[in-house]
Amino acid sequence: MNAAIMLFPGINRERDMAIALTRSFGRPPRMIWHREADLTGIDVVVIPGGFSYGDYLRCGAMAAHSPCMAAIRAHAVRGGYILGVCNGFQILTEAGLLPGALLRNANLRFIARDCCLRVERGDTVFTSHYQRGQVFRAPMAHGDGNYFADPATLDRLEGEGLVAFRYAPPVGNPNGSARDIAGILSPNLRVLGLMPHPEDLVDPLLGGEDGKPLFDSLAAA
Amino acid sequence: MTARTVDAALAREFGLAAGEYARVLAILGRTPTLAELGIFSVMWSEHCSYKSSRLWLRQLPTTAPWVIHGPGENAGVVDIGDGLAAVFKMESHNHPSFIEPYQGAATGVGGIMRDVFTMGARPIANLNALRFGDPAHPRTRHIVDGVVRGIGGYGNCVGVATVGGEVDFHPAYNGNPLVNAMTVGVARRDRIFLSAAAGVGNPVVYVGSKTGRDGIHGATMASAAFAGDSEAKRPTVQVGDPFTEKLLIEACLELMATDAIVAIQDMGAAGLTSSSVEMAGKGGVGIALDLDAVPQREAGMTAYEMMLSESQERMLMVLRPEREALARAIFAKWELDFSVIGRLTDSGRIVVRHRGRIEADIPLAPLADQAPLYRRPTAPPAPPPPLHRLPDPAGLAPALLRLLACPDLCARTWIWDQYDATVGGQTVKRPGAADAAVVRIEGHARALALTTDCTPRYCAADAAQGAAQAVAEAWRNLTAVGATPLALTDNLNFGNPERPEVMGQLVAAVTGMAAACRALDFPVVSGNVSLYNETDGRSVLPTPAIGGLGVMEDAAQAVGIALPAGHDLVLLGAATGHLGQSLWLREVAGQAAGWPPQVDLPAERRVGDFVRARIRAGGVAACHDVSDGGLLVAVAEMVLAGDVGAALLPGPDGLTPHGFWFGEEQARYVLAVGDGAALVAAALAAGVPARRLGTTGGGDLTLPDGATISLMTLRQAHERFLPDWLEQGREFQAQG
Repeated sequence: MNAAIMLFPGINRERDMAIALTRSFGRPPRMIWHREADLTGIDVVVIPGGFSYGDYLRCGAMAAHSPCMAAIRAHAVRGGYILGVCNGFQILTEAGLLPGALLRNANLRFIARDCCLRVERGDTVFTSHYQRGQVFRAPMAHGDGNYFADPATLDRLEGEGLVAFRYAPPVGNPNGSARDIAGILSPNLRVLGLMPHPEDLVDPLLGGEDGKPLFDSLAAA
Repeated sequence: MTARTVDAALAREFGLAAGEYARVLAILGRTPTLAELGIFSVMWSEHCSYKSSRLWLRQLPTTAPWVIHGPGENAGVVDIGDGLAAVFKMESHNHPSFIEPYQGAATGVGGIMRDVFTMGARPIANLNALRFGDPAHPRTRHIVDGVVRGIGGYGNCVGVATVGGEVDFHPAYNGNPLVNAMTVGVARRDRIFLSAAAGVGNPVVYVGSKTGRDGIHGATMASAAFAGDSEAKRPTVQVGDPFTEKLLIEACLELMATDAIVAIQDMGAAGLTSSSVEMAGKGGVGIALDLDAVPQREAGMTAYEMMLSESQERMLMVLRPEREALARAIFAKWELDFSVIGRLTDSGRIVVRHRGRIEADIPLAPLADQAPLYRRPTAPPAPPPPLHRLPDPAGLAPALLRLLACPDLCARTWIWDQYDATVGGQTVKRPGAADAAVVRIEGHARALALTTDCTPRYCAADAAQGAAQAVAEAWRNLTAVGATPLALTDNLNFGNPERPEVMGQLVAAVTGMAAACRALDFPVVSGNVSLYNETDGRSVLPTPAIGGLGVMEDAAQAVGIALPAGHDLVLLGAATGHLGQSLWLREVAGQAAGWPPQVDLPAERRVGDFVRARIRAGGVAACHDVSDGGLLVAVAEMVLAGDVGAALLPGPDGLTPHGFWFGEEQARYVLAVGDGAALVAAALAAGVPARRLGTTGGGDLTLPDGATISLMTLRQAHERFLPDWLEQGREFQAQG
């Protein structure tokens, strides 16, 4: 697998993501500025967290219209893998590559603490190194992570097994997300968006390696 | 504005004293233009000129073999090994944060980050030292909420981890909160960028956001006391744009990887004026500015407005002319304004042109050299009311619960939960996990330890001891994680220096700091003085906030405060039962009296060096310094952090239980180790007082008097206040 990190103006977790990818892949990812559109040779496109364009409009709304989005869509159509974390998840929903939207957190505050995620599927390219039902810790850092979709969409996501992660006890659902959803997959299981940051927990010295299996899964695919 | 006649009355309105205006007239040999009057008034404001404090700040030690740049640059720079340098500074945004808490705090964070990356360092951590008014005061909640949102809103967006800081409450801050923001960055030690301009003919380049009318005369506002009409000053508060700041960081660092930059400075207080005047002045050259080339957000701005605007996220650079195109391309990539707005000259003057007219023409040397410098009258601070012998009015357990719940000691989780502490992927010790935040340097094993400290109630009772204590506590907090303290930045927040008793506090504080810095080899490398923190004649407590920085070669050695089970607890340092100015005295006995604990600097050093050596040698499972609330609060904090109970032994004969467990003597640490007896023996052999306190384990804290408190009870007491007060809207009820 060859990974690339997309760099939109205002993205700020690209270094964290590069560290995590390098750790699992054994080589650094390609860093692609959003005005470049060449994804040749890239298997997995990663859109990291941050505040693209300051999130001054809606989170991710501006980046979803960036020049590189056409290439990312084409990558998706080709069946390429896409991982969007935090702002990256917001960008994927704004671009229509994943359904639903991320609203303001229910408590109307930025939330930066560790949450617990339950793995709903252990058989995807993103989660094969986790067990289904396993609960792991991940730092979260967002003001708009409250997953929302209409009931029919939520039913479809659940019915088709497209919920990848849910917020789980003991921390529970910190941001009000519908049906505790923290991360979802595209119907072909090749696009994953999630709000928390597994890339910030891949080193025992920093508090654990709970997030590492996600990147190990990708590296092994 | 342009219609105003420039005269002594207008000069006074701009904050210039009569004597200062006379000096302006003498330097120019004529009446200044409006723009010139503006330039003089901001450059000679307290905020920019340090005219009341400069004389005294000279006492502070500023050098050490590891200090690369001390005060005088945009930030302090110290060698941290591996060919790297740490660049750091703390700065206040007090007045703006009272007027408009969100933007005031946000732009404070933005401003201090620019001071750091302007020197070529990537910011890796933010801290903030906050002082708020009485929680029972109707305005305090609004200010706390806005300041915390503002700090988070800016830092989270830029993507620099907010890893530490401190919060106090006191009625003396009701009309004047203190918001002191600190940024730490890392650069290659051979790639530090300075502000002295050089090269006659070189282009002067403006980059970043456009200039608007916001923040005009902000530096002057920061140099005056507040009266009841502070609301009307809202237009002088700037508005932050963290997205642009992020782009500016990346663009500047990209440019700094080339050889294009001769000199660079951010446009902070007094904006274009201070950056151009200081860069040219330091370089001994002249500067000619053409304001028509300044990127402008609003139409019809005058030279006066542009020179004094404090619009945020702007930088001024002097470039090598042959690299101008390269630099322009980098800023175009980041979609930031880039405009050549002038040239360096050999005139030794700043000449400002606008719409074909010369709006200012001032010789730079006298603007700097003849800046006012005052030896203001001082009065010795009043001694605190005496402390009489006290019975123990509460018993240990109720007193502990009350202390853990009080605003000054309660859990800060509600605040930390709003700050992104993990972005960057290097935060080894997050807020609350250790006495100092520990942030590893990307790609290295090495880490920085960072803390901010000050105990204003000590300073109010004895400014010299209190300031020495602030330095010592910062040094101690760095030591407690295992780091070697290297240097500090300070933020001296005081009232109106024209009051002799305030000036007396400032002078005593600087003297106390200087002694502590010297004894601990802990020099001051940068800082900020914030005076006139006074509203309606009432001063804040003297608050010399200290931002400490230390280094550890291996981040894996960092020790936190969380207790493991099955360990011995040992107190290192002497116990004398000092309750003067303690939180126990205030919160439980209901008085603020007595002298604060004395700082024994040789003992501080001896105990601290011993602790650090033990941590480095391995075997220390947890370490926490004893500070606010005393020994029992320190132990309870360790219990809560580890979610592991402890059983405590009785204190020594000759001390009352409340004196031993709640006294705030300095130079003390609590350590959790496998073999407490061995540690006590080693400490005593090294001349360090030591005493076994008890053992860890179980789900309760068992006190020596037999009282048992469950962890859940402790936690509920500790975590209740901020969420109840800020989220549930519950009114604060002072206890006792």
